[in-house]
Amino acid sequence: MWSFSEIAKNIDLWLNGLVGSTWALVLEMVIAGVAVIGLFAALGLVLVIMERKVAAWIQIRLGPNRVGPKGMFQSMADTVKLLVKEGMTPDGADRLLFNVAPFIAMIVAMLLMAPIAFAKDFQLWDMNIGVLYITAVSSLSVIGILMAGWASNNKYSLLGAMRSGAQIVSYELSGGLAILAVVVLTGSISLTDIIKAQENGWWIFKGHIPVIVAFIIYIIAVTAETNRAPFDLAEAESELTAGFHTEYSGMKFALFFLAEYINVFIVCAIGATLFFGGWMPLHIGNWHAFNHIMDYIPSSVWFFGKTFFLIFLIMWFRWTFPRLRIDQLLNLEWKYLLPISMINLLLVTLIAILGWHF
Amino acid sequence: MFIKDYIKDIASALKSLATGMKMTGYYFTHHKEIITEQYPDNRDTLVLAERFKGEVVMPHDDNNEHACTGCTSCELACPNGSIKIITKFDVDAETGKRKKAIDTWIYHLDLCTMCGLCVEACPTNAIKMAPTFEHSVFDRNKLVKKLNEDGSKVRAGVE
Repeated sequence: MWSFSEIAKNIDLWLNGLVGSTWALVLEMVIAGVAVIGLFAALGLVLVIMERKVAAWIQIRLGPNRVGPKGMFQSMADTVKLLVKEGMTPDGADRLLFNVAPFIAMIVAMLLMAPIAFAKDFQLWDMNIGVLYITAVSSLSVIGILMAGWASNNKYSLLGAMRSGAQIVSYELSGGLAILAVVVLTGSISLTDIIKAQENGWWIFKGHIPVIVAFIIYIIAVTAETNRAPFDLAEAESELTAGFHTEYSGMKFALFFLAEYINVFIVCAIGATLFFGGWMPLHIGNWHAFNHIMDYIPSSVWFFGKTFFLIFLIMWFRWTFPRLRIDQLLNLEWKYLLPISMINLLLVTLIAILGWHF
Repeated sequence: MFIKDYIKDIASALKSLATGMKMTGYYFTHHKEIITEQYPDNRDTLVLAERFKGEVVMPHDDNNEHACTGCTSCELACPNGSIKIITKFDVDAETGKRKKAIDTWIYHLDLCTMCGLCVEACPTNAIKMAPTFEHSVFDRNKLVKKLNEDGSKVRAGVE
């Protein structure tokens, strides 16, 4: 049967036969890099048009409907526009930091692609510390934003970057504790093990209410970590013009824009992996006939279906809720999410020790 | 009690968020609610609100008669001087009495803010707001309009 893992295995065999194993590894790395960049470009195009359509329909509008069939080429036209625009560097800016910042933001997003399992037996790097790696690297994205804000020599940019720093530092805590709930239940921080553990049902169904609470906290925390509305204080159009990317134009702006959408995709992919079983089809306990039917749907379809469902959820939040003030934002984290996720983690530990989960 | 209020806060927060998401979810799935007018495409079927204020017009009936007595109430009511009425005196053929009437009712569409105060000031309902909005022209002199038609006269009985 056709699958991503078969293709990867065949390419590996073919390259090993063609050149030595060392050169095969180098070539495979190049192929993986090109594939990741290609995925980024495709995701950027798809997510931007998806966001605009979701936004339009939620606000009782039609959305882009002129470029191509049903406006589906709108994001492609926008990309071409951004590519041919001038990339300005302001006079008072720190030239090196200013020009490096967008690439830092992109590289962090690229690093996070490594441990994600896109389909059965198909991931770039099956490391045994997957969850730790993700929580560690995802917090680096704030460095790109701080760099951009500081180097722009603009008060709005600096304010936006500082807010973003405060936000990411605080929401990392409850996000991490929500992830820990699943780690405690699985007993492993390898993403492969976490997916394997969900073979007889996803954690969101197996883990009773505490895992559902953990999922809600996770989705709130990652909305804040990706700087999206209702937590878009780093950009806050009405207060800070465009926040940390006020001074950016052309392709450098496009990279920040793309990094935002890639980050949304990544946190949703991780959420899908932890709570909805990643590529694991919907299995219910010992219903072998049902499980067998579900296995006929390819694992990549399951993965992307779950991920895009979560992305839709985050877009739904963005176009429904009003933006929080900075004090409300920090209140929500320190007074509500953090205590709740701590107690929730205790409950999950209790469930895991007593074996109450299915 | 602190803990009770805390839990109540969380419950009401979740409930209000769910209410909002239910509303937007309804709009997301019910595309018949979409209110966008695709303007140049739907010119033929465009329906404007009855009270839309596009420009001031003076309705004339089939006998080329209007209801304007030339009292200049509208000219006085206009806040930015978009109306200028030139009056004349008609001589009644039977009685020989002189009667005030309009010669030219000049409307400066380029100055008009569509406030509708002239329509409200009119004692005889001679003018009204029309639901038209495609007013752009290349020569601004075309925006100065004469509202009473040539050879028209005031309807009999309108004082």
